[in-house]
Parts: sequence; structure tokens; C-alpha cells
Amino acid sequence: MLIKKPSDIKASEITPKELFLNRRRFMAQMAIAGAAVAGLTSPDFLLPSDARAGEKLANVQKSPLSINETPTPLKDITGYNNFYEFGTDKYSPSRYAKSLMPRPWSVAVEGEVNNPKRYDIDELMKLAPIEERIYRLRCVEAWSMVIPWIGFPLNALIKRAEPTGKAKYVEFTTLYDPKQMPEQRSRMSLFWPYVEGLRIDEANHPLAILAVGLYGEMLPNQNGAPVRLVVPWKYGFKSIKSIVKIRFVEQQPSTAWMKANPSEYGFYSNVNPAVDHPRWSQATERRIGEFSKRKTLPFNGYGDQVASLYQGMDLRKYF
Amino acid sequence: MKLKIFKVAVFLTSLTPLALLGWFALTDNLGANPIEVITHWTGDSTIIFLLITLTVTPLRKLTGWKDAIQFRRMLGLFAFFYGCLHFTTYIWLDQFFDFPGILKDVAKRPFITIGFASFIFLIPLAVTSTSAMVRRLGKRWQKLHRMIYFIAAGGVIHYWWLVKKDIRWPLIFGVVLGVLLLYRFWSTQSLAKIAGRFRRLQVSPVAQKVQSQ
Repeated sequence: MLIKKPSDIKASEITPKELFLNRRRFMAQMAIAGAAVAGLTSPDFLLPSDARAGEKLANVQKSPLSINETPTPLKDITGYNNFYEFGTDKYSPSRYAKSLMPRPWSVAVEGEVNNPKRYDIDELMKLAPIEERIYRLRCVEAWSMVIPWIGFPLNALIKRAEPTGKAKYVEFTTLYDPKQMPEQRSRMSLFWPYVEGLRIDEANHPLAILAVGLYGEMLPNQNGAPVRLVVPWKYGFKSIKSIVKIRFVEQQPSTAWMKANPSEYGFYSNVNPAVDHPRWSQATERRIGEFSKRKTLPFNGYGDQVASLYQGMDLRKYF
Repeated sequence: MKLKIFKVAVFLTSLTPLALLGWFALTDNLGANPIEVITHWTGDSTIIFLLITLTVTPLRKLTGWKDAIQFRRMLGLFAFFYGCLHFTTYIWLDQFFDFPGILKDVAKRPFITIGFASFIFLIPLAVTSTSAMVRRLGKRWQKLHRMIYFIAAGGVIHYWWLVKKDIRWPLIFGVVLGVLLLYRFWSTQSLAKIAGRFRRLQVSPVAQKVQSQ
């Protein structure tokens, strides 16, 4: 009996990755739209397979750097976000971030380093043991949350990269892809892509982490999947989301909010109840879920650990 | 009679923003920061009703529908009503009667100063909205109630100065207000006045002197 050898698939017949991903996204969108029409309230099962939010993360260690405060409910952490790439009101990200595809994903580490490298996200997540860090998050808009992040210290990545003597700052960049991040088509909000930065000693501080999850699970899209920065002693906007590039530089980076309004948003943006936003007070904050306001703490309550980074600096000038 | 039914319908429709807000509250749909939602919702409603009130006169003039004026007072009072809710939300839910803090806010933050002033100026308009007051004040009534132009502008600026970056909504409100005010400026009456002033200028002594030289 003659057994035919299966013919090789011609390269021309293989769907290009880009097209393939687009098709999947299209189908997912159609499915979601269809489900919405059918009146289904939770079309979660129709999400693209790339969305891995909700997947449990294994081997998560507890951290002594966690605070002992009650975490904000998951539905508030995932339903009330500032993520301008999906719209400027706080309810848009949870609605529209489904178009973000956190897989496949890579993060380029480059600039003034001896070991530049493009990390695949799954490789990046194995750079260091992942830990749970329960941190306060203080938004510049005077509200706050307590979030159980899952991640690893940023300094583990920095160590791997081996910054040169010229690396004085670290610049982070969010994905730029208006197809996935529809608000990037608009110039009314910010200059895209979103850029943030830290001084190298801030970036090396053990409290600064790259977060890949929260509440023990993979990071939901609206919280900055698949990987974001968390710097708990600074206003929330410093903790850049959906990072694709980490660049070590000599000059202080110009960040998205500094470009948008230099008189209102400075490079440091440390939480500071003594320095008001030009248009509102930063002395108090509303913890999400609470009725009365609470007093805002210097460095968001992390002063003991981080104040020494800013010794001798006039924090009114370097706001 | 028909007008009366229509008035009741407009009254009930004007309560929709409040009814919706109540519904969201009862069904736990105010989200993570309910106080912020209530503040923004009542604030938006105030500006929208100010703009609707300012639409009455152009609508009447453009369509010739004289009865439109019958709704102006009600709509204006709804603007005041939502303004009161907005103000109460700020004083009670947001600041929780922290009066030193509120005074500091009003003095120090331009967006609160202008919002506060706009609200305060609405009070005499609401108080003098009764028919008896209209009769008593006569011509002065109209002068007094022209303040709504500044109040509406104050409301839009209040919103504009509050937003962090995305000015789309205050811009939309501002454009609508601009159109409504421009209409008044260009409406036949003021055109006639401008033309009159222009003519007078032509024959003024200075003009004559210039001409004779």
C-alpha cells in the first residue's frame, strides 16, 4: 500500500502572524458584539485566548514589604482605572481594554546597558521569584486604593541589564498601537506613546516593582497587562502600564504628563500632602470604599523607606 | 389645556437625571467612587439645564412658537435645582461640612471660586422668578436676569478648569453656549443697534471735523 507523504505547506500559504492575530481579534470582537446583542451580561468566555487575566499565578511568595491594610475589592481595582489609552474617564478602561492583546508580548531593555535584550513576556516573568506586594496606591486626583500586586523587584531586571556609568535615569514606554488602544487616535488627551521615568536609584529601590498580576492572578488588561511598573510612594500616573520598552539614559526623560502640563506635573511626583496640585489640595484623599477622607501621608506612607533618596532636595521645587 | 399637559411632561422629563441617579444608587451602579459620580452627574445636569434655558428665546424667535416662553421659568428653576444638588453634594458628601476647608477651597482654587460664585448668583434669579417679582421689578427684572449669561459661562469655565487634560466635554458645552450667546448678539435687535451706533459715529462731530479737513 502506498502511503503518501503529506505535502509541505508552502510558506506563501501560512497566514502571516499579524493577519492571523487581526483575524482573531476581529472574531473576538464580533463574538462580543453578538453576545452583547443577545443580551448576555458577561461574555467572558468569548474573550480572545490572549487575554489571560484571571489565570492563577503559581508559586507566589509573601513579602515583608506588604502593608497590613485591607485590600480594595477586586471589582473596584478593575472597574475604576485611569488608563487614557482606552478613554479618559475611569470607567472606560474596563469597558474597552478587551482590545489589548497581552500575548504575544515582548519588552525591550536597551540604552546605556551592557546587556541589552528583548525579553519575551513569559521569560521576563521568570527573571525573579514573584511575590505578593500589598501596596497603597495614591492617585494624583486625591483618591486611593490598597492593591495586592504580584510582581518582582525592578532591580532584578536592572541587575541583569548591567547599566553603564552613563545610565542616570530609566525611561519606560507603553505600547503604541491605536488598533489595540483606540484613544491613541485622539490628540485631545496625551502625547502618545505614554512615557514615564525614574532616577536610577529610585528604580533600584526594593519597593519599586514590575507587576504582572494582582489578587493572585494575571494582570487584567485595564490594570496594565501584561507588565507594568508600581512605584507606591509616587502618584499613580508614574506607575506606567503595558510596558514595551525600558531604556537606560543619561538625561532626565520627559514624561507624558510633564509634556501635557509641565506646571502641574513634575518628574518626581512623590506623594506629598504639603505640596498641592495647582488646582486642588493633596492634603487628604478618599480611599475607595470609604466615606470620609483620610489624611494623605508623605511619600504615601513609605517615607521611612524612601525619604533618604531625596535628602537635601527642595521637594516644592522638585515636585 | 394642551399646554398644561405639555408642561407636566416637560416637568417630568426634567426629573429624569435625578431619577436615573436614584436608580443607579439603588441598584448599586454608582461604581467605585459614588461621590465623584454624583458630583459630576449633578454638575453636568446644571450646565445642561442652563443651556436648555438659554435655548428657549432663540427657539421662540426662530420658530415663532410663542408659547415656548412658558417653559423658561421651569427650566431655569431646574438648573437651579440641579445646582443646589451639586452644591449640597460638594458641601455634604465631598467635604462633609468641613467649613474651614471649604473656605480655603473657594479662596484658593479658581475652579471652585468660579463655580461657587456662579451658584451664588443663581440664587437671586431663582428668588425673583415668581410672577409677582417679575411685575414688581419691571424693566429691572430683565436686566437682573441677563446675569444668566455670565452664570452659564462661569459654569463652563468651572468645568474647563477642573479637568486634567481631556477638555472635550467642557469644549462642547462652551461651543453650545457660544452659539446661543452669539445668536443673541447677532439677533435683529442688536444688529439694528450696532447699525444705529455706526451711523451716529459717521455723523459725530469728530467724524465731521475729520471730513472737513
